[in-house]
Amino acid sequence: MDKMPAWADAVLVPLISILLAALISALVILAIGHNPVEAFSIMVKESLTSSRGIGNTLYYTTNFIFTGLAVAVAFHARMFNIGGEGQVLLGGLGVALVCLYVPWPHWTLALVGATVAAGVFGAAWALIPAYLQAKRGSHIVITTIMFNFIAAAVLNYVLVNMLRPRGAMEPASGPFPEPTHLPTFQEMFSTADTVLFRSAPVNVSFFLAVLACFAVWLLIWRTRLGYQIRAFGHSESAARYAGISPVRITVIAMLISGGLAGMMALNATMGEAERLVLNASEGAGFIGIAVALMGRSHPFGIFMAALLFGFLYQGGLELAFWTGIPQQLITVIQALVILFTGALDNMVRMPLEKLFLALRKGKA
Amino acid sequence: MTFFAKTLGTVAALALSAGAALADPALIYDLGGKFDKSFNEAAYNGAERWAEETGGSYRDIEIQAEAQREQALRRFAEAGFNPVVTTGFSYASQIAAVAPDYPDTKFVTIDGYVDPEAHPNVLSILFAEHQGSYLVGMMAAMASESDTVGFVGGMDIPLIRKFACGYAQGVLAVNPDATVIANMTGTTPAAWNDPVKGAELAKAQISQGADVIYAAAGGTGLGVLQTAADEGILSIGVDSNQNYLHPGSVLTSMLKRVDVAVYDAMTAGADLQTGVIALGLDSNGVGYALDDNNADLVSEEMKAAVDAAREQIIAGEVTVHDYSEDDSCPALDF
Repeated sequence: MDKMPAWADAVLVPLISILLAALISALVILAIGHNPVEAFSIMVKESLTSSRGIGNTLYYTTNFIFTGLAVAVAFHARMFNIGGEGQVLLGGLGVALVCLYVPWPHWTLALVGATVAAGVFGAAWALIPAYLQAKRGSHIVITTIMFNFIAAAVLNYVLVNMLRPRGAMEPASGPFPEPTHLPTFQEMFSTADTVLFRSAPVNVSFFLAVLACFAVWLLIWRTRLGYQIRAFGHSESAARYAGISPVRITVIAMLISGGLAGMMALNATMGEAERLVLNASEGAGFIGIAVALMGRSHPFGIFMAALLFGFLYQGGLELAFWTGIPQQLITVIQALVILFTGALDNMVRMPLEKLFLALRKGKA
Repeated sequence: MTFFAKTLGTVAALALSAGAALADPALIYDLGGKFDKSFNEAAYNGAERWAEETGGSYRDIEIQAEAQREQALRRFAEAGFNPVVTTGFSYASQIAAVAPDYPDTKFVTIDGYVDPEAHPNVLSILFAEHQGSYLVGMMAAMASESDTVGFVGGMDIPLIRKFACGYAQGVLAVNPDATVIANMTGTTPAAWNDPVKGAELAKAQISQGADVIYAAAGGTGLGVLQTAADEGILSIGVDSNQNYLHPGSVLTSMLKRVDVAVYDAMTAGADLQTGVIALGLDSNGVGYALDDNNADLVSEEMKAAVDAAREQIIAGEVTVHDYSEDDSCPALDF
């Protein structure tokens, strides 16, 4: 029998962890000579109370949903895909090639084409580590992180030597043509009288991210493949005994994971920058690990965790705008959130479990 | 009623935005950060000097991600900051995208180029780095005993090739038989901050006979200067005056007065003249550094020759080829 009810495991544990992280963050803010209450109220006000703030928060959230889902799918097959960064970069390359060299008549078609390209490029980048893990036993953690560096080098080469417009300083591609520009929330939701989401980068790919959450839920809990992935993740020997091929599941899970990571580039490259820049991933591949950990590898949890990290990103920038608090502090807060929700999980969980057991005994 | 309410709302919004900031200037640093001992820090120093001398206040921010470039520009423009000054060529495309939405705000890009016809509220400040590099190239050739001098660039972009090309022209103007060895550290922004690789490149150039090395490589240059001091040869610093880093080893520094550009832009405030300005030798936008730390290294003869060349360049009697004009260099192959 479970030690505590499901709702406590899913909601109470992360919530208390976040509160603890916030408490320590407040002490850090206090230590550098600022008012933590004021700091948190600025973060909330500028990222959650205006449509512009929400738009920016959701932009970052979209990135983290994709990378979080990518890590989660691999987690279910008990693999640790920390190659999200590289898969995003390659996904971005796919998006850029499709946007630059295919004459799309309309953004809807371009979005479909770019989604396929991003997914295929990201998945292809995950294929080699997956194959090496499945056939040769090379540890996926080592290979995926090394592939991040290779991806950065490949992208750099392509940008500098092939895609960079002549005479340009930056290692970046030229701008994508007009028909590939994705509609932003501002264009979608503003009326003639009121402008909503003014100049926020959030765009239609947010809905794609939500759709991806639903699709991953369907895949993992409602399909035969998802069952096989989970079975393989719980026990490889049992899965093998049940006739599930470890090679097949390893490769397929990593392909899906890489494809999801690659799709993040839709938001950052096609939706926001509208050209391919060198560090298009912006660290979201690594944030995805924290998001998946916090979200317990469940799409809904990932959505909530991605929202939290989006809030931290957006709130952090605003904090740097309106107070003297440097943006690096946000890295500290993120680290604390990761520390408490990931590494120190048992610190919160065990007392809670004891508490619930005691309550139950009291009733019985 | 609705019309009245809306008008009232607009007026209130205008009053609010006007009161939020009395047209203070804002400064946005490039990725790499405020205290990089080089380019961004020079901008910070200029802003600090302005604040000190005028008693004014300004707001600055370091960005952390690409998407924040545009966000920061818009945020400052909407909050009423004027002018909004940015450092680094990477802001050029974002400014071109943002500027039309805020016609009353002046944007300044240092090192970037934004078409002045299409964007009347943008000032692009470019430096004639080739002219300053030409002067230090002359000094390098005169100081060299092996007739071989080196150049270590940061990221391989046209801007850095412009430095290298001006330098090589200066070297060859003094000694047509001299050899110029030019190396770039890399092709990514990481090349701006890799002192270890800078040191390796410097060692490789020394083994090929170089006895003066010019580093135009941001933080990477610190490794070049260090190695030159360790190996007992001369080096040339860049952007800020870096003579003090290794007194007696740094021959001179090619000054690029980013601080003056920021100071001037902030002093002009909202009345800033927009367009494109190129700061060269004539406006002291670039030059070479002479102070107590390198007084013994720079001979009277050297100084006279360089100052004469400076006058000739200003008068137009000598033209230094600008690499970025036609992406080619008569004095150096890349």
